[in-house]
Amino acid sequence: MTDSSRIPMSFMTPGTSSFADFVATNAPDLLPARRTMPAGNAAELAPHGTTIVAVTYPGGVVMAGDRRATMGNVIAQRDIQKVFPADEFSCVGIAGTAGLAVEMVRLFQTELEHYEKIEGITLSMDGKANRLAALIRQNLGMAMQGLAVVPLFAGFDHEAGIGRIFSYDVTGGRYEETAFHSVGSGSMFARGALKKLYRDDLDETGAVTAIVQALYDAADDDSATGGPDLTRRIFPVVHVITAAGGHRLPDDEVAAVADRVVGGRMLRPDGPVAALEGGR
Amino acid sequence: MSMGFGGYVSPEQLMKDRADFARKGISRGRSVVGLQYADGLLFVSENPSAALHKVSEIYDRIAFAAVGRYNEFENLRIAGVRLADMRGYSYDRRDVTGRGLANAYAQTLGSIFSSGGEKPYEVELFVGEIGDSAAADQLYRLTYDGQVADEHGYAVMGGAAEVVAGYLKERYEEGASLGSALRLAADALGHSPGANGSDGADRVIPVDDLEVAVLDRTRAQARKFSRISPTRLAGLLGERVSAAAAAPAATDPAVAPGEVPSSGEPPIAPPL
Repeated sequence: MTDSSRIPMSFMTPGTSSFADFVATNAPDLLPARRTMPAGNAAELAPHGTTIVAVTYPGGVVMAGDRRATMGNVIAQRDIQKVFPADEFSCVGIAGTAGLAVEMVRLFQTELEHYEKIEGITLSMDGKANRLAALIRQNLGMAMQGLAVVPLFAGFDHEAGIGRIFSYDVTGGRYEETAFHSVGSGSMFARGALKKLYRDDLDETGAVTAIVQALYDAADDDSATGGPDLTRRIFPVVHVITAAGGHRLPDDEVAAVADRVVGGRMLRPDGPVAALEGGR
Repeated sequence: MSMGFGGYVSPEQLMKDRADFARKGISRGRSVVGLQYADGLLFVSENPSAALHKVSEIYDRIAFAAVGRYNEFENLRIAGVRLADMRGYSYDRRDVTGRGLANAYAQTLGSIFSSGGEKPYEVELFVGEIGDSAAADQLYRLTYDGQVADEHGYAVMGGAAEVVAGYLKERYEEGASLGSALRLAADALGHSPGANGSDGADRVIPVDDLEVAVLDRTRAQARKFSRISPTRLAGLLGERVSAAAAAPAATDPAVAPGEVPSSGEPPIAPPL
């Protein structure tokens, strides 16, 4: 018989709709978090990705990441992509060990698409956020050896009709953020900038501008975050998601925003001035 | 059946019996049409259920369609999705091919058919894959015994396959628009030859009873599969008039006299 090329029975058995669970049973070596490692700190072995920022606005959410990966004091890559579409209505940005993080994003993308195809419907926004938490949690052992992956997850929730942002810790803790959030080494500077720049009536262009400003501030004070690279024309990856779906903003559009931001900084290096007192 | 030698059944007879058994199950279901049009592949079936699909997405450029027993083709569909996602995850998305999937299905159906321990699957499948141009589109038709046919232009499987294919043969044109390909497929599925060979008994299948999906090259996303909603379907089909619009619903041609009319439900298999 030709049984060797027959599809294995485990593939034909109904059961899980989760790709990660299926792979864990049938091909565990494929999973990024299932490898045993010798003891010791491995943090200096591989490049790290840095700052991710997300901002909601009425009708959608924007996420952006700088393009730098570092290994100690060395810039490992100038044009790394750290923000990825997770499915049509959500995206994920990653800070931490770049290799593991990119692999985890691929697994997460496949997980969402797999569920959608098997079940015939997409997961709810909270369901997606929880699945990502489970994938992060599996990586805890490696995180304790210095290979942490910390994602930021954002998407448009059709049930609620709004853009939503979720942050995570290395143990898989999942926290919903309001308005805006940032992760990675430059995140405290980006968050500080957004505190002053964010308002809840931003439109898409406004949200993109605020996010590019925040990344500029992160790069200004954090050596591991890359600013707009004007000589090589490398600009942040910006992903916009609305009720109609998500797309990566074309490079020339981001370049135009970045050029305006940099132009403003030529006149005032610290960026726009916020009002000293009171609300608007 | 020969029982003369202590229950001996010749291999020829055994295979024929198994084939007859599978064919009988398949012939009770309604047909599915796979059709090449200008922008890709179109799949149309008569399926009153909005939840239990006969046409599904496997991967970026690959679709799956089936007739026969639901639980059996559903298992094959899930296996296909798992196989494709696993391959795409461990290699790359471009390394998932319709040919590879058709092969895996063929091996599986073939070994189930010829193994004594399992009853043959009462299913037929389409595996469709679109390329960058119409010339690169592929439509594979797989039968219950694991045979693969590489179809061109159009293909039909299920109960009234011959009638529907005969209708398409006379009218199919290459490079049709989605609307006209869809109208042709819907008319073909509703076709049943009149007593004198005329089109007297044609039905107009209601929009809600049609399951339609496409692999559309022109979609911006990497995933080219898309279901066509009843609203869009009604717009694409436009005004539909049949020669026998006023005539009572024709009897299902797939149902032989004396059999229970098909309800779309899979038949229960007798124990082997």
